[in-house]
Amino acid sequence: MTSYRLPNRGRVDHARPVKFTVDGKSYQGLAGDTLASALLANGVHLMGRSFKYHRPRGVVSAGSDEPNALFGTRRGPGRFEPNTRATLQELRAGLEATSQNRWPSLAFDMGAINDNLGSLFSAGFYYKTFMWPRAFWDRVYEPVIRNAAGLGVSPTEHDADTYASRFAHTDVLIVGSGPAGLAAALAAGRAGASVMLVDENAEPGGTLLSEPSVVIDGKPAWDWLAQALAELAGLPNVTVMTRTTAIGYYHQNLVGLCQRLTDHLDTPPEGAPRERMWKVRAKEVVLAQGALEKPLVFDGNDRPGVILAGAAQTYLHRYGVKVGDRPAIVTAHDSAWYAAFDLAEAGAKPAVIVDVRASVDPALTDRARALGIETLTGRTVTGTSGRLRVKSLRVNRMENGKAGAPRDVACDAVLMCGGWTPCLHLFSHTQGKLAWNEAAQCYLPGTKTEAVQIAGAGRGLWGIAAALEDGAKAGALAAKDAGSEAEAPAFTVSADRIGSGVTLRELPTDRDPGKAKAFIDFQNDVTAKDIRLAVREGMRSIEHVKRYTTNGMATDQGKMSNVNGLMIAADALGKAPPQVGLTTFRPPYSPTTFGAFAGYHKDATFEVTRKTPIDPWAEANGAVFEPVALWRRAWYFPKPGEDMHAAVSRECRGARASVGIFDASTLGKIEVVGPDAVTFMERMYTNPWAKLGVGRCRYGLLLGEDGFIRDDGVIGRLAEDRFHVTTTTGGAARVLNMMEDYLQTEWPDLQVWLTSTTEQWATIALQGPNARLLLAPFVPDVDLSAEAFPHMAVIETTVAGFPARLFRVSFTGELGFEINVPARHGRALWETLFEAGKAYDITPYGTEAMHVMRAEKGYIIVGQDTDGTLTPDDANLNWAIGKAKPDFVGKRSLTRPDMVAKGRKQLVGLLTDDPKVVLEEGAQIVADPSQPRPMTMLGHVTSSYWSDALGRSIAMAVVVDGRDRDGETLHVPMPDGSIPAKVVKGTVFLDPENSRLSA
Amino acid sequence: MLLIHCPYCDETLPELEFAYAGEAHIARPADPSKLSDEEWRDFLFIRTNPKGVHFERWRHINGCGRFFNAVRETVGDKFLSTYEAGEPRPDVATLTGEAK
Ligand SMILES: [Zn+2]
Repeated sequence: MTSYRLPNRGRVDHARPVKFTVDGKSYQGLAGDTLASALLANGVHLMGRSFKYHRPRGVVSAGSDEPNALFGTRRGPGRFEPNTRATLQELRAGLEATSQNRWPSLAFDMGAINDNLGSLFSAGFYYKTFMWPRAFWDRVYEPVIRNAAGLGVSPTEHDADTYASRFAHTDVLIVGSGPAGLAAALAAGRAGASVMLVDENAEPGGTLLSEPSVVIDGKPAWDWLAQALAELAGLPNVTVMTRTTAIGYYHQNLVGLCQRLTDHLDTPPEGAPRERMWKVRAKEVVLAQGALEKPLVFDGNDRPGVILAGAAQTYLHRYGVKVGDRPAIVTAHDSAWYAAFDLAEAGAKPAVIVDVRASVDPALTDRARALGIETLTGRTVTGTSGRLRVKSLRVNRMENGKAGAPRDVACDAVLMCGGWTPCLHLFSHTQGKLAWNEAAQCYLPGTKTEAVQIAGAGRGLWGIAAALEDGAKAGALAAKDAGSEAEAPAFTVSADRIGSGVTLRELPTDRDPGKAKAFIDFQNDVTAKDIRLAVREGMRSIEHVKRYTTNGMATDQGKMSNVNGLMIAADALGKAPPQVGLTTFRPPYSPTTFGAFAGYHKDATFEVTRKTPIDPWAEANGAVFEPVALWRRAWYFPKPGEDMHAAVSRECRGARASVGIFDASTLGKIEVVGPDAVTFMERMYTNPWAKLGVGRCRYGLLLGEDGFIRDDGVIGRLAEDRFHVTTTTGGAARVLNMMEDYLQTEWPDLQVWLTSTTEQWATIALQGPNARLLLAPFVPDVDLSAEAFPHMAVIETTVAGFPARLFRVSFTGELGFEINVPARHGRALWETLFEAGKAYDITPYGTEAMHVMRAEKGYIIVGQDTDGTLTPDDANLNWAIGKAKPDFVGKRSLTRPDMVAKGRKQLVGLLTDDPKVVLEEGAQIVADPSQPRPMTMLGHVTSSYWSDALGRSIAMAVVVDGRDRDGETLHVPMPDGSIPAKVVKGTVFLDPENSRLSA
Repeated sequence: MLLIHCPYCDETLPELEFAYAGEAHIARPADPSKLSDEEWRDFLFIRTNPKGVHFERWRHINGCGRFFNAVRETVGDKFLSTYEAGEPRPDVATLTGEAK
């Protein structure tokens, strides 16, 4: 294959060849290449297929704005990335790339049939087809869309890479290391300000890398660049980061940076993170991101070999690659002329320079003539030919504003330039206003919302001298605003190649414009006629045009297409561009890996796992765990050969027959202390507390101010001014927050202190008829008899020698105790009780058995049997309300009309006709399962278990007017048939007399 | 991520340390039983939800734990001021620089 590499040119290392493969075929590039430049050096322009029409596509740019040259890249198992931009991916030894959106091969793709079905895929096609007859959708559209949809393929393996993240603070953050960014860094760095200079490319320098002939301060551009970088490297207050993309600009000068660390390395160091996400808080930000070149819009402007002129110039100077031997140039801007001159001087033979402008600077035409290049001004181009590579360009005269006679020009590449767009994506992230500049025909930065300077081409300045001067000023200003005395350095520049151009719509054509495939958005396959169709079909806002056509909605966010789309939409609407406006840019600036966002938050460190002091014992004894809020709790303790059902039934039997031991340490605990503690409790909870004696407990119910149940738990009064409040496991933080809110903001006069003690206490429950016999020997100071220490008693004492708060409470319906000891003694006490309990055949049980036993007793779990819409009455908890209290949180709401109306869902028991059938929690309940769909739902199952004690299934449910339906049979429709079940008004299935727990 | 000034700590700290706590200056009525259903409904549910300057509560939940008030401009999402719970609303014109 012919090499398009130019010896001794570019910044690649000609002495270091690098081998790589594309679709299994071997190629050779050079160290310093990108995948794109290496392929171009091998004469390969065809680098992808388009998204919708599967048209063959070549690389168009040399940067992150690339819409076409997207590959899957792979480095061993778990290291596959789709949609890697060939223009950013540096060549590394053994790089495996695969082309996308094609079958069976890139050169011959069946999907290209979509290209001939173009009329089916016109603007708004997604919206229109959904409205068509369903049969047509199933048979025609869906298969076609499935075939066409999606860029690349998602990775299927677990990502084997790691990702890092870091915070940084700096005086001045400069985005972009072209001449403006470098000058800003020199100005701010010399002033002593802390500076971060970041650039998404592998090498700093920006435009200077593509303009080596410019002379700065008497030195060739690249020598000056080396000197500037050396100076910056010598400043300890300056950090220069390459391969670092500023992806988002957030409030108060927080900028997200994604730094690529290993993708360019032949062999990454073991354990090295692939990328690092930086969150940088800068006092001042300087945006020096330059400008993005626009394509010209004409039929066939997407043929492989058609490339932006500035990109061709970059491939030539930076990589020593000519994009063709006989390129044709089509331009609306002076800059492309220089690209043509540079290519001619490097040995290419430009076929023609076509300028759509009627008059051009004579210096340009003179220079072209001297180089032997034909020039045509005031023309239009109306087509290209060539299947997988452009072969000719169709050029027409303009006569009276219309395209005249055509002429074909043979070529092997087309360099196009439709002018330049200031790159203001990051500025837009800050809600900075863009202002249309009529003279420059582009948007420039307007009103700012952050401490930011925009420098250089970003605000429409053209040329190296202007960029240096503006960057230096911006850098000095930023340093000054950040608190350093700074001066803007001056630079002398010669051989600068300044220029100007015009902004256009689609170029005039002599052919049927309805048949032209003149692309605006290459990645989403949006053409000029799609935009005009959208306007004809009634889209008026640019945001609607964008969504209707998908213009600018691809992964490049319209970096190339936005302004061309706007110009055409404005023309179609008969309005000036600023009256139409620009769509909003949103972070990230360019596609960013999920890994970089996740950083360290994956696998075991995805979120914290809270463990109780007894957790290691549970693990050693074979517990199966379940997550509850952030806790991991022992779910059940299977013995060899037991499944969950068998283990849970055995655990329930063990507790009810003798004694069970349960780790309740996750219960939320709040210490409420102070002279006004009882007043505070009276106001917060529904229950009366004033008359609760010291040493006694009470079930507490907490409502929101809206009257709905928020939390519950047993509360013990340890002293006149001290309550031990327990909450649900998941509700502890919420309850404390709510208590603090009322205490701090509604009743700041109350003398009360609230302390979270959840993790200070280990809580062990002993439940079962033998609980007292087991416990008594360890509690020498307390008479545990039913008379002396009855149900709902609490005392501070010692248990097995440890200081303890001993509660006589039951969440199982059995005689029970809950022993709180300081967390550090939890495991020792557990093991002591477990050893002694062996005499009673003690059974450790998990949360599932706990759930079953509490359901047998009809005790609710807030958050399972309630969902934030249940009142105390709905949940049969009216008994827990202190009716004599003048006020408590939520009281007023309980008499609101909606809260007392008929038709509320009420908590009831549900017993299946077939006692062996266990209902599914969450299942819906209906009165008549044969009614037409959609059925009228009466409620749903909230809790459902197999009860070993009762020898049948039990369930709780919330049902409309449930208590009035006592004895009624309702139905639970399931995929394999409807299950009949009878409503029971009470939810207490076991021992309604409470004889067991009072024993 | 916003930076928020805690008036109790007198420190400007990342938003991660704070939790939003609804609209400010809505005091719980001293005796809710005196309120009509409509008045109680308004207290519970009706909020100003302005496009512009909003008085709201925040809690320095991962810090000192105190609830405080803030003035935030909801279009640009910018804090104009923060102040202690119980203090009166600051003058918006002064904060936005519109006062003469
Ligand atoms: Zn604070």
